[in-house]
Amino acid sequence: METSQNKTSNPSLFTPGKMPAEMPIGTRSTSLDERMVNMSGLQTKGIHAWFGSHHVLEDISLDFPSNTVTGLIGPSGCGKSTFLRMLNRMHEFIPSASMAGEVFLDGEEIYAADVDVAAIRLQVGMVFQKPNPFPSMTIAENVLAGIKLANIKVKDKDSLLEECLTRAGLWKEVKDRLKLSGASLSGGQQQRLCIARALAVKPKVLLMDEPCSALDPGSTLKIEDTIHELSDTITVVIVTHNMQQAARVSDYCAFFLSDGHPGRIVEADRTDVVFTSPKDQRTADYVQGRFG
Amino acid sequence: MAIAIDSGTASSIERRKISEKRSLGDRVFRRGVTAGALTSFVVMCFIAALLFFRGFEIFRAFGLDFVTTSTWDAADGTIENAKFGVAAMLVGSIVTAVIAMVVAFPFVVASALFLEFYASKKLKFILVSILDLMAAIPSIIYGLWGYLVLMPLAAGWAATINKYLGWIPIFGVEVENFDASPFVSGLVLALMILPIAMSVTREVYSRAPLDQIQAAYALGGSRWGAIRAVVLPFGRSGLVGGMLLGLGRALGETIAVLLTLNLVFEVKFQILASAGGSVASLIASRIGEATPLELKALMAAGLVLFVLTLLVNFGASSIVARAERRVQ
Repeated sequence: METSQNKTSNPSLFTPGKMPAEMPIGTRSTSLDERMVNMSGLQTKGIHAWFGSHHVLEDISLDFPSNTVTGLIGPSGCGKSTFLRMLNRMHEFIPSASMAGEVFLDGEEIYAADVDVAAIRLQVGMVFQKPNPFPSMTIAENVLAGIKLANIKVKDKDSLLEECLTRAGLWKEVKDRLKLSGASLSGGQQQRLCIARALAVKPKVLLMDEPCSALDPGSTLKIEDTIHELSDTITVVIVTHNMQQAARVSDYCAFFLSDGHPGRIVEADRTDVVFTSPKDQRTADYVQGRFG
Repeated sequence: MAIAIDSGTASSIERRKISEKRSLGDRVFRRGVTAGALTSFVVMCFIAALLFFRGFEIFRAFGLDFVTTSTWDAADGTIENAKFGVAAMLVGSIVTAVIAMVVAFPFVVASALFLEFYASKKLKFILVSILDLMAAIPSIIYGLWGYLVLMPLAAGWAATINKYLGWIPIFGVEVENFDASPFVSGLVLALMILPIAMSVTREVYSRAPLDQIQAAYALGGSRWGAIRAVVLPFGRSGLVGGMLLGLGRALGETIAVLLTLNLVFEVKFQILASAGGSVASLIASRIGEATPLELKALMAAGLVLFVLTLLVNFGASSIVARAERRVQ
């Protein structure tokens, strides 16, 4: 047990230089080389998290290279969502929450004392488990809510609106009813609206916390298509309980497990490795649905 | 196996009456709570009926003039020579109540937001206790404080407002006496309605959906940004409802207004001038020495006030109910 955990704490696991270039990645169509993988992007070093005295995450070190999709998998309660929320400083909203360790965005520590948290969240966007459009706003206002909140000046709002909705795979469905309330859409459409809203502020990273868990299979596939397209320009980190989804959308996978202890990473590797030749027996059991 | 019912026969089938046998305990309890609920309704109807029958003679004699004219003269006690009209009092009641609303509004919003989103737990507990206590202070205390402490101060503020904004009609005065004006009364009323309006508003703000607030933060919004994008739109009807509940209280307030307002039987909109009106205070000030006829007129005035506050409270509760439906 100790050996496998020590291995995964090693950040070099995600260094692309050690990866055979010809090897297909997950089930994705484009290879990582085409998407200019580099070591900018998001990195965590020795992350711990607590709620009060309850230690929920222990020593999580992961790299999320630019323009890749990383799936965080593991049974409920293993700390994946907590970890995700630490990547854009949403963790600190829970009054009893505390943390240790470092998170770097393009080399800058986002928990540093002189950091503007709102500026971090502009660069690291988030899509939540439950679709949460602003019901008092129209579809168009929802998409542009971020630039209004952050006082970003945009010359051509209409084209930004169209661009974001197109990227989120929603433009065709809503282009004739942009003035309707965001709450009038179906659940799957609302979630894509939330993705469009997150994209409007041009984030470098998009965090997705089980974005499809409340959606039907058709909407889920649409969102997965969206994730595929986004990863050409954005780094995506996605928490999912759906193993097929993790296999379909991600380049890398990190398997979290708490097992009565604080959540730790059992194994983190390229998705095809995690799914076809995991090093740890527990990973094999989990991805094959034998527990969790 | 499921069997389809032929729709032709379905229409001829007699529907069963659904009934149940209730236990003794349930029946007793049911009658008890029903009686309790009806009592308050019956009492309210009795009050309205009393006011109406006592004031009926006045309504018959003066008709609409009772609410559109402003002379209050019991004369020799006969209905032929007397003149009663509450227009000035009615307008005055509304003017002071509106001043109270306008003054209280920013404090209501600010304190509700502060308590829900900025105050520490401990500070919130202390401040909420103080505000609840404010609601429990008898209105005579507010009246005395308004008369002794606030009036001299507010007269100075009124003079300043008049000096710089006197060209706006409502801030103009004919005589430079700023004591016992609707402005002073309105300030006292503002303090009195603050607790109830604030507590309703805070309650609704506290139920603003957390997932939307987090969405606003996740978009790079500041706390104020999240409040503006989520909490204020969500809490709008709660705020309106809370303010209207306060308005209901302000309209009916008697003693605090009586002490801080100079009642004058003339419809006026100069809020800084030492002349105003209040139906409730009119009744309180006249009832001691009223002739039997004037007493009837006061009853009629009471009915007018009763209907007005009823309408305001009814509007308030329906708005609050609508807000609560949206929460659920």
